[in-house]
Amino acid sequence: MNTSYHIVVCAGVVPDPLQALEPAPGPALKNEMLLPAVLDPWAAHALYEGARLAREHAGSRVWLVSLSPRVKLQQVMMSVAQKALFELVALDGPASGFTDSAEVAAALAEAIVTIPDLDRSRLLLFGGWESAARGAGATLQMVGERLGILDQFQGVDEVRVEPDGSLIILERIEGGRHQISRCAGPPAVLGWATGSLPEPPNQPQIGMQNMRGILPALQRARPVALPGEGLTFAGAWLPSQQRQTRVVKDLPAGEIAREIIAWIRG
Amino acid sequence: MSGAAPERPRLEADIVGVGFGPAMGGFLTTLARRLADPDKPPLESRALPGMPLQVLCYERADDIGFGVSGAVTRARSMRRSFPGLDPEQIPLAAAVRQEKLLYLLDPLGASRRPAALRLADRLIRLLRFALPFRDEALEIPWVPPFLRKEGGFVLSIGQFNQWVGQQILMTGTVQIWPSTPVADVLVENRAVTGVRLMDQGVDRLGRPVGGYLPGMEVRAGLTVVGDGPLGSVGRKIDEAFGVPGGHRARDWALGMKFVIDLPDHATLEPGAVWHTFGYPEPEIFGFLYVHAGRVASVGIFVPSWFDNPARTAYRYLQHFIQHPYLWRHLEGGRLRSWGAKSIRESGRRGEPYLAGDGYARIGEGSGSTNVLTNSGIDEAWATGVQLAEAVIELAEQGKPFTRGNLEASYAARRRASWVGREGRAAEKARDGFHRGFFSGLLGMALAGLTGGRLAMPGRPKPPRKLEEVFGGRLGEEEIDRLRRECARLGRPLHDALMERVGWPPIPYDGRLLVSHQDALLIGGKVQAPPGVADHVIFLYPELCETCGARVCIEICSGQAIHPQTGGGPAFEREKCVHCGACVWNCPQGNIVLEAGAGGLHSAEN
Repeated sequence: MNTSYHIVVCAGVVPDPLQALEPAPGPALKNEMLLPAVLDPWAAHALYEGARLAREHAGSRVWLVSLSPRVKLQQVMMSVAQKALFELVALDGPASGFTDSAEVAAALAEAIVTIPDLDRSRLLLFGGWESAARGAGATLQMVGERLGILDQFQGVDEVRVEPDGSLIILERIEGGRHQISRCAGPPAVLGWATGSLPEPPNQPQIGMQNMRGILPALQRARPVALPGEGLTFAGAWLPSQQRQTRVVKDLPAGEIAREIIAWIRG
Repeated sequence: MSGAAPERPRLEADIVGVGFGPAMGGFLTTLARRLADPDKPPLESRALPGMPLQVLCYERADDIGFGVSGAVTRARSMRRSFPGLDPEQIPLAAAVRQEKLLYLLDPLGASRRPAALRLADRLIRLLRFALPFRDEALEIPWVPPFLRKEGGFVLSIGQFNQWVGQQILMTGTVQIWPSTPVADVLVENRAVTGVRLMDQGVDRLGRPVGGYLPGMEVRAGLTVVGDGPLGSVGRKIDEAFGVPGGHRARDWALGMKFVIDLPDHATLEPGAVWHTFGYPEPEIFGFLYVHAGRVASVGIFVPSWFDNPARTAYRYLQHFIQHPYLWRHLEGGRLRSWGAKSIRESGRRGEPYLAGDGYARIGEGSGSTNVLTNSGIDEAWATGVQLAEAVIELAEQGKPFTRGNLEASYAARRRASWVGREGRAAEKARDGFHRGFFSGLLGMALAGLTGGRLAMPGRPKPPRKLEEVFGGRLGEEEIDRLRRECARLGRPLHDALMERVGWPPIPYDGRLLVSHQDALLIGGKVQAPPGVADHVIFLYPELCETCGARVCIEICSGQAIHPQTGGGPAFEREKCVHCGACVWNCPQGNIVLEAGAGGLHSAEN
């Protein structure tokens, strides 16, 4: 029974959601460059889960396919490359919530089919079930469709490999419960929620190992234009917020809840 | 775990850099260009024969644009590295267009002004119709040449560093690794042989727990130390090799600033630069400079010669921005981000050995900051470029990175350059401030106008007690009562003391005037990765218990050090901005700053 996998993780870069910095008014590209970026958090979970699966199943390989501004991707890679072993396929283009998902999916699918040595019968297509750039996680599903993959799972928190090679997949459903599915095996699309792994610690030696492939991949990153034909945005604005912050430690959850209720009641 | 040393992974390189700031930016920019130059013969690696020179740099912060400051700089050395540099390429950058020097009077009557200064203020107010006076400020019609930044840039160093880092990484010749603190320097036979990265999977005291990952040893022929004013690797090299006779880093300042979205009515233009003195206390200098995109940086410097132990930069900064001369432009604005850093104001007098066998020092930690010209970024960048030029020369000649070779190629080059000349002229420029405000100003003027040949003498005094500082205005019993009350509530003492002596409460507006705790979450990210040791260490906690001043609590930029009932101060690394002010403010010398991960970061501050 062959249980080695070719895991392709689709991941863009997004402004760091933990940073409270807002874009300055001005030219769009400059703003995009100003904001500190990270690998899309949901896709990052997918990467860590993919790396774990690859470690546990000899002969597996992990590719990270990213359509992002090359200079920003390069910077982000210096952090991500220390977390897990992977090979990078870089596409140089815009990454934001205002790109057309169908165009992004087409570019990603095109890049995936041209990966040398990729065995599409062993392919597990990983990514986030949503994105920090835009909640609707439509892109991964469309990449899967373009690759002709019929078994698709979204909101995945866990995947287990059974002795017969089938995959047990836990997907999030309402009420905080999981729907458990059995999939005969690859190819399959898994859009990850948070999974169950913490962010791995930095391992400089893994970073050095990855970098041998990442630097050349960045150098040959193919420019991708996303013209967004037929796509117009009527408007976009931030929801109005009211912010009252206090940083505390070691406060029991019950006490925090009581404070919040008191605050809501005024 | 047994007491045996853990087996550490090991990596061989040719050059390893510690800390990615402006100095390392200058070093790696220059070196990377040479390595990528197709018209020159490749520089071969000694660590990996047959490969090009292997160059690595480790930065403790989560990204290469974090944990640094903003600046107005003449940018002489940066413009030399990037001829025709267009500030439009760099977010928040602007060319300097207009400079003002302002003496700010005290509109509240709360500051600690000597009698002579109060008299001078009275005279200025009397003659205000004949003087360039408005909104409680005297516009001094002349900016001394040594202070001027004409031809330079207003920059966010966070943004500039990101931009520089991108240029370097694009060459593919150098690797810059963020989120990777360097814990120690490797010394063998009186030579530096590389660095050791931070252990992970440890508790707050550094003891191995689950998932222990011993920090990797990175062996290199040359270790380039550019880890800033209080860098732990720099400190460890000083401990191992000593410092030149008579050299000591004794003068410091804490710089703190707000980055503010200007309100619609503000008429400030990008590139406007104001230098201020006189308020909120005579010893505290201030600045305002305007970036592109209707954004301004406004801040103050709280120097080590300011004798008040209740030296809170945050509270003073809030009063500073409300000075009528500034407030007319800032009222209604919004706080974008906030940050603080220590400035090593000893300059050349705190210069360590610039080079030794296997290592070289660059940037602020190497004593390059110039306190006369109020300039550090430009000098730091220049020292990095100078070292890179020396390294290229040595590598091309196949010479090793020994003390002699580095002294002859780097240190000599630096001393003969404008950095060395101007550093010598600035050596004694601020000594006069140890005697008082007027002596300080006179000393600056003398040193600046005579190229350092004349200056006012002055020596640091031992820190004063709160009871001495507030003696005329608050009784000892009152101070003791406030101290006990604040300890019980877990609050710093400065707010209570300042309000008792006449500073009004801050009228919080939730936009620009916000509590210190709220500011922690604006424009930055609070992060404290698990599994790493605390980076602020109280060496002898029992000493802290008996410390009456506890200046570390008052000066702490992020309220990361706070009082607790019983025992010494408590430290929360989630809030720490790694400014290091606790270290030079501890009267007992009882605090050590190690390289640490995480902290509160802003990418534009």
